[in-house]
Amino acid sequence: MAPKQKQKKKSSRGKKSPKPILAASEDMEPVNMESMGHPEIYPLVLTTKTQEIFNCRIDEDVTDEQPYKLINKEDIFEDLRNRAAVSDFHPVKKIVQEYPGNELLLVYDKDFKYGLNFYLIGTEEGKENYLNPPEVPEEQEEYKEHIPEDVYVYKPPVSKPWVSLGSEKEIEEESVMESTKQITYMISQKRIEFGAPVKFSDQNASSVKDAYIECTAYPDKNFTLKQLEKDVGMQVIPQIKDISTQTEWTYPKNATIQYYPREFSEEEKETLKQSRPLVDFLNNASISVEIALQQNEIMNTFIDDWKYLAEEEGTFGDKTDTHLKEYQSFTDLHSPTEKMITCISWHPTIYGLIAVSVAVRLSFEDRVYFSGKLLLQPSLILFWSFSDPIHPQLMLESPDDIFCFKFCPSDPNIIAGGCINGQIVLWDITAHADRIENIKAGGSRSKKATLKPMFLLEPESNKEAMYIRHCAVSSIESGHKKVITDIHWLSDTFEINRMGSVFENRSGICCQLVTCSADCTICFWDIRPQKPLTPQTTEKKKEESIEIPFDVPSTFLHLDLSWKPLSKIRLSKGETSLDHCPTRISLNEDHLLYKTEDKTLTQSKTVKAGEMNPYHNLESGMANLLKPIDDFCTKFFVGTEDGEVIYTDWKMEKDPETGRHMPKKPVSIHTIHDGTVHTIQRSPFYNDIILTVGGWNVAIWKEGVMTGPLLQSCCAPKMYTSGHWSLTRPGVFYIGREDGYIDIWDLLEKTHEPAQSQNICITMITYIKPWIFSAKQQFIAIADYYGTLHILEIPWTLSRPSTNEMTSVNYYFEREVKHLEYVEQRKNIREQEKKEMELEMEKKKIKTYQKSKEQMEAELKMDYESYLELEKTILINLGLLKVTEKGSYMDVV
Amino acid sequence: MNKRTNTGQGPGLLISSVPGPTATGLSEPQAEVEETLKRIQSHKGVIGTMVVNAEGIPIRTTLDNSTTVQYAGLLHQLTMKARSTVRDIDPQNDLTFLRIRSKKHEIMVAPDKEYLLIVIQNPCE
Repeated sequence: MAPKQKQKKKSSRGKKSPKPILAASEDMEPVNMESMGHPEIYPLVLTTKTQEIFNCRIDEDVTDEQPYKLINKEDIFEDLRNRAAVSDFHPVKKIVQEYPGNELLLVYDKDFKYGLNFYLIGTEEGKENYLNPPEVPEEQEEYKEHIPEDVYVYKPPVSKPWVSLGSEKEIEEESVMESTKQITYMISQKRIEFGAPVKFSDQNASSVKDAYIECTAYPDKNFTLKQLEKDVGMQVIPQIKDISTQTEWTYPKNATIQYYPREFSEEEKETLKQSRPLVDFLNNASISVEIALQQNEIMNTFIDDWKYLAEEEGTFGDKTDTHLKEYQSFTDLHSPTEKMITCISWHPTIYGLIAVSVAVRLSFEDRVYFSGKLLLQPSLILFWSFSDPIHPQLMLESPDDIFCFKFCPSDPNIIAGGCINGQIVLWDITAHADRIENIKAGGSRSKKATLKPMFLLEPESNKEAMYIRHCAVSSIESGHKKVITDIHWLSDTFEINRMGSVFENRSGICCQLVTCSADCTICFWDIRPQKPLTPQTTEKKKEESIEIPFDVPSTFLHLDLSWKPLSKIRLSKGETSLDHCPTRISLNEDHLLYKTEDKTLTQSKTVKAGEMNPYHNLESGMANLLKPIDDFCTKFFVGTEDGEVIYTDWKMEKDPETGRHMPKKPVSIHTIHDGTVHTIQRSPFYNDIILTVGGWNVAIWKEGVMTGPLLQSCCAPKMYTSGHWSLTRPGVFYIGREDGYIDIWDLLEKTHEPAQSQNICITMITYIKPWIFSAKQQFIAIADYYGTLHILEIPWTLSRPSTNEMTSVNYYFEREVKHLEYVEQRKNIREQEKKEMELEMEKKKIKTYQKSKEQMEAELKMDYESYLELEKTILINLGLLKVTEKGSYMDVV
Repeated sequence: MNKRTNTGQGPGLLISSVPGPTATGLSEPQAEVEETLKRIQSHKGVIGTMVVNAEGIPIRTTLDNSTTVQYAGLLHQLTMKARSTVRDIDPQNDLTFLRIRSKKHEIMVAPDKEYLLIVIQNPCE
């Protein structure tokens, strides 16, 4: 509770002068607390005796509440007299003597704030202050409570006189001042010499001695001071560099322009047409244009004859170059019965992988006879790889023999096959895809097997072929009833609904199939889940819950056994019960998978499909929501068992009589072949040229030309059993014969017979399939009746087209079309002529008939008259008759 | 020339006989135009013919609209450029015919003050 002194006292900081030593003399100055800013406070030590004398005992008279005591001056003097130097008040004797008042204030310093346990206040003011100041702050506090707190009265700062707190002393210490007085020299010239003409001349300072005096600086060791301390002010700041520039910021801004070309309206065109200037211009311009056109027609001046000369020799190569070379052949040695290969398909993406479907080589009666034995054997599709000719890589199981199958173009892990019993079988081999992709290592593994320890050996399962069960089969009741002869995936650009109308396929994958079978129907199928029509079907499904083995993927679970076709087309021959029995169909597809440039495209497409396989998330088609595409060509070719080539439409139309949807009548039917048509194929180069092979001859058709085939070969000595276009040469196709020969036809070389013939095997060739792997490597797979698959390499001459082969073949086809037209015309003309001739004949006959009747009468008459005359002359000559007598002629006659 | 006008009563009848264009005169230029263009189009290998005015707007064409517009615009600009090139070299000279031979076909342009005749031919045998 030390009082705070508010008085500002001029207290100068103690100069650094030694304090006077306290000497025990009466003349010494009492020590006051000047140094602490309280010059009136004199600390004292009071012994207990003194305390008793003055009644200021600690904790009895002098307590915390009242730490001070007023002591009379007289008492202090008395004490001083009594005890003289011993008295505690001795040090402050002077102060006491000088004290104006009577009573002095003695304060108990409990905290030893001033160093000793008591202190004396030496001035009246101090005493007053000590006793009174506690009131002031209390007043201030009370004052503060009365003032409302939100009103703040602004008190401008009042300038107060500067109170020195010792800072100028510091400045004086730090400042630098001259310690010694500087010497000054004053140099002046004599007054007389002011203004005298001055003559300056140059002088080299070093040449003349003593011309100058210099005081060179030299380091003097006496005066070298080593600075040991340096007072330097420092401030640490981060290194910042501030640079700014101003640029013109051109920010990208999207801008679009929409424009349309200026055109004339019809009226303007008409008026312009009639204007004279246009006519004149055309007359003038057409002259020069026609000259130019004719020049072009006469000769192509830009042809490099040298270049074209060289190419032609390449086509007529020697025979040895043009043979198909045996590359490999595959036979399934493990099957108990004799099998034949029914269909071949190369894997679209993997090199060296080919799949074949095998069927038992029995006739229908034998099948029925041995049906029990056949049930035990699995029907397979075998996957062969070039690297392993003995073991097939994969074996796909099916309920019965497969007669045709196809890889799905958008996902080669999905395979659809047509069975002999009329079912469609679907496989999904996505789970085994990596197995077949990494086949190349298979061959080398066998060599290294002996070196590796046992536990590192690859398990035998890789050598064993995997049997893969089918994923789904179509419904038996609502599908085909007889063998499925052809199956195709519809292109992924369009889809079909029940009526046959074409819609845009939004899913981007092939999801529809078309099949034809021996029960005279063509069916369209959709692999996406159909929305259930009636609740009954779902109940049925629940009853029939067949357990599916766990290793079968559930891609097509929704289709299994309940798969119904989207639409069925029956190829009926009108009223008669005999219908056309289709064996092959060819749709108007514009995907040219055979071109090598497109191979990368298809590869990338399939890779994409593999990442997020859309086949595992099939959604039902959007055919209900989309509008049908109108100008889509819905016509296709069908080859039948009787050798007919039918061009028909799959779009249904409403029959006016029954109101049902009926398939349209076929556009054209031609019976060209003498046997079953087993190949209908569109050329990979032309979308509208179709090759049909059947019986003993070959025919080439052009879509749109309905009068007949462009080319029809004459009957061959041996039956043709299979055929295929060449994939790289537009005018070449391969035909397989029943005696194991393959005929290679080249339309540019010969059109009446094959260009060459080569023996492949001893038995009937059942299927031919060429394939391109690279620009230099082309293979052709030939399957024969005994179940052997031959892979041959196509030589350079047969695989590489000559430069103008395409144009030549084009030209050839055009010529043939024209020929056909000409024939038609001639036919018409001839018919007309014939008619005319007949008419003429008719007319002639009638005329001659009529004419003869009159003529005859006239002739008779003339004859009669001439006879009469003759008679007359004779009688006259005989003299029996007189000339004058006229009437007797008649009597004589 | 009989001209009779009724002022108000009865149906107004304005009979004026102005010698109208004769039947042959009207169709002649039109027929000529048609005939010329047909003749050009029937040449061997001609893919299309078109007549374009000085601004590049097609007047008559045998191709479809979008192709025509494209050809007209581009060839018009090219012709202008060619003409200015020829005249820059020799101001007395002028462009009479322009033939562009490409891999697939040949484009022939016959320019004029006001019109352009463009013919596209496929000269390959």
